[in-house]
Amino acid sequence: MKSPTQIVERPFYKNLSVSFSPHARASVSTERIMWTVVACLMPSLILSMFVFGLQTLVITAVSVISCVLTETISQKLLKKPITIHDGSAVITGVLMAYVIPPGVPVWMPIPGAIMAIFITKIIMGGMGFNVFNPALMGRALLMASYPVAMTAGWVTPIKDLSLGRYFNAGVDAVSSATPLYVLKHYGINGLIEKFGSMSTMYFDFFFGFSPGCIGETSACVLLVGGLILLYKGYITWHIPVSVIVSTALFTWIFGGETWFSGNPILAVLSGGVILGAFFMATDYVTSPNERRGQLIFGAGIGALTVLIRLKGGYPEGVCYAILLMNPLVPALDQWFRPKRFSEGAL
Amino acid sequence: MPFKDCKVKNKANVLPDFPMGGIHPPERKELTEHLPIEVMPDPPKVALFLKQHVGYPTEVMFNLLSELHSPDYYLEDNICKDGACRLDHAEKKQVTIGELVGSTENKIGATLHSGINGVVDGVFDTIHPVLGKSPAIIVSNDGHNTKPSFSTKDWTKYSKEELLAKIKAAGIVGLGGAGFPADIKLNVKPDIFLDTLILNGSECEPYLTCDHRVMAEYPKEIIEGAKIILKILGITRCVIGIENNKPDAIKALENAVKNDPDKMGYDIFIQPLTVKYPHGSADQIMQSITDRVRPSGKRSSSIGIIVQNVYTTKTIYDAVVLDKPLYERVVTISGRGIARQANLLVKIGTPLSEIVEYLGGTTNDLAKIVIGGPMMGVAVSSLKVPITKTTSGVLFLTREEIGEDQKYGPCIRCGFCLDACPMGLEPNNIGVFVEAGKGAECEQFGFSKDCFQCGSCAYVCPAKRPLVQFIGLAQIKVEEAKRKEEN
Repeated sequence: MKSPTQIVERPFYKNLSVSFSPHARASVSTERIMWTVVACLMPSLILSMFVFGLQTLVITAVSVISCVLTETISQKLLKKPITIHDGSAVITGVLMAYVIPPGVPVWMPIPGAIMAIFITKIIMGGMGFNVFNPALMGRALLMASYPVAMTAGWVTPIKDLSLGRYFNAGVDAVSSATPLYVLKHYGINGLIEKFGSMSTMYFDFFFGFSPGCIGETSACVLLVGGLILLYKGYITWHIPVSVIVSTALFTWIFGGETWFSGNPILAVLSGGVILGAFFMATDYVTSPNERRGQLIFGAGIGALTVLIRLKGGYPEGVCYAILLMNPLVPALDQWFRPKRFSEGAL
Repeated sequence: MPFKDCKVKNKANVLPDFPMGGIHPPERKELTEHLPIEVMPDPPKVALFLKQHVGYPTEVMFNLLSELHSPDYYLEDNICKDGACRLDHAEKKQVTIGELVGSTENKIGATLHSGINGVVDGVFDTIHPVLGKSPAIIVSNDGHNTKPSFSTKDWTKYSKEELLAKIKAAGIVGLGGAGFPADIKLNVKPDIFLDTLILNGSECEPYLTCDHRVMAEYPKEIIEGAKIILKILGITRCVIGIENNKPDAIKALENAVKNDPDKMGYDIFIQPLTVKYPHGSADQIMQSITDRVRPSGKRSSSIGIIVQNVYTTKTIYDAVVLDKPLYERVVTISGRGIARQANLLVKIGTPLSEIVEYLGGTTNDLAKIVIGGPMMGVAVSSLKVPITKTTSGVLFLTREEIGEDQKYGPCIRCGFCLDACPMGLEPNNIGVFVEAGKGAECEQFGFSKDCFQCGSCAYVCPAKRPLVQFIGLAQIKVEEAKRKEEN
């Protein structure tokens, strides 16, 4: 009970809110979801600064700032409400930086940001109406426009997490080939030779000491972020699990010299499979709503990834696999509708 | 037997649940769940809406004179100035507590009774929470303090028709919120197969505790009322479904069943249910208890079940055994915006201002007044709104409790609403289509008439979209399109 001093006589209630039901709302909001995703992505960036050097931070910052600026300017030009506070442009910026190599020139994310935010999102109708994943469209544009920089900008990882190494001499980036490139051209033995032994290779893949794009190398750190999103209930297990399982399964079947001799663990840990499965394929707007649709969507991404890796011209295929499955989402949503209550009726 | 049978009685540790959708909003029942029902003194005036139930409006029993001026007690500012009909002074009718003031002639409808001793002033347009204004019979208290006396009668000698006539005469409607006249609901055609009566005591809306208190304080009356309904329906099985967050109510009813001296061959048992919103919806409680699913657009009797609210059952007992008409009801007054929370027994037609005054006023931080529960209730801006037969609660909510009023954003297709919808609809797509002006094409996203406005979708929506209202608009557009096609 309140103390009587707080009680006031109010004959007229002029300032009452009379909005419609429900009058109780869950605390979750679009902003909270988006910023949580950004927070879950941050550990990867911190790790990459140690492994690849500080230029990863610069590239990510350029990417985020150019995405946010593109959104502000284009929404201003189109006279739409400015929605940068919801965090979706920041996610796009971070994710786009995560899928480009650490050794590219620092201006590189800018054309990608214009593609990702303006062409893919804003002119499609803004948040909620884009067909393709914006960050991956940005990367696809960069791959098509600057193929040399995008395929040669790899940096040899440094297995030293102490801050002291920044003050040592000779930390210049050393160009190196990605594991998937080595695998494609020299086979599994060439890869093991490169890392020393099989166990070192798995260790490096899992903790992120292999050459690759800025944010995709450490399966361990990405899994922690992904599990937080799962725990929070912001994503469900269906898409990540189906992507990973189908990548592993198809690699095992078709990836080796003979059938059923591929290396599924290597396939899942290398490249952008974990990043794509937890953070890109699960993008709400460009993934199906229904569980069965989500499973098929994820399985399709895995299958296309393996197909591109084994038969395509690129060593890595997660980006294009997701982009190829994106336009199927409206169809999947049409084919798999949620079960209606009365469907089980007598 | 055309249906699957009921679940096993009182399964240990496994509470029945409905499989699809549902949410867990904060219950906030601790404010009032331990407060015994408190009788509020008679108000100076009551306003009895002619239509506070499903069906035709009640017919006024007096000769009315048309009047342009109306007493300003119930009217605010300049709205509702027209349509007032006053009784001639010579004809002013004296009524006592429980006396009939409005009748209904062989139609779907309900009778009205005065809850106070006084004089009928006439029929005036009165502020209504949903309709804006609606005609209501106004009775002014004349200060006579005679209390009606009721004597118990042996109901077992009555026939089905006599029992139904008594229920109709008492003006009983569903007190859970729908307001369907009880005599019409219980008058099932003899060729329809029935096997189970479900008494709905789940009270899943946050804050509300009136059914809870009635179950805890009048368990014998509810069991007796259940037997009356079973006799009317001609069946023997009754399941009382109660959400597991009301252990004292479950205990009280279980004891009442155990200590019932004459079970009359009826099989009544208490079924605790999982705590999940909206367990109190008829579809969900039927599925939860019997595993049967109502086909879209059909009545629950088509799957052999009648669902009745526990509080309605108690008033049926009052009507049949005590001959006491429905002129008062228990209303939960809750929320942190009022000085004192209570489960109040108030006369139907009492304006909110009287209740606020009786409970000591509102607090400074009052932000919203809601009639009903927070999920499905209606926000009102005036304290002149009277209590109706279907008002189960009045909530005085502070800003802290309702959160900031926000503009809604675009749908981000998170799909939370698909997981929350107990009817398997697609609120997200319906919302996007309605916004694009294509509400008529929403049939593909589910049988939108299945929506019973539980608000689960809007509750979970991170973009704070008004999905319930979008679906309502889609329903209207679909109906319009159908009518156009027929013409």
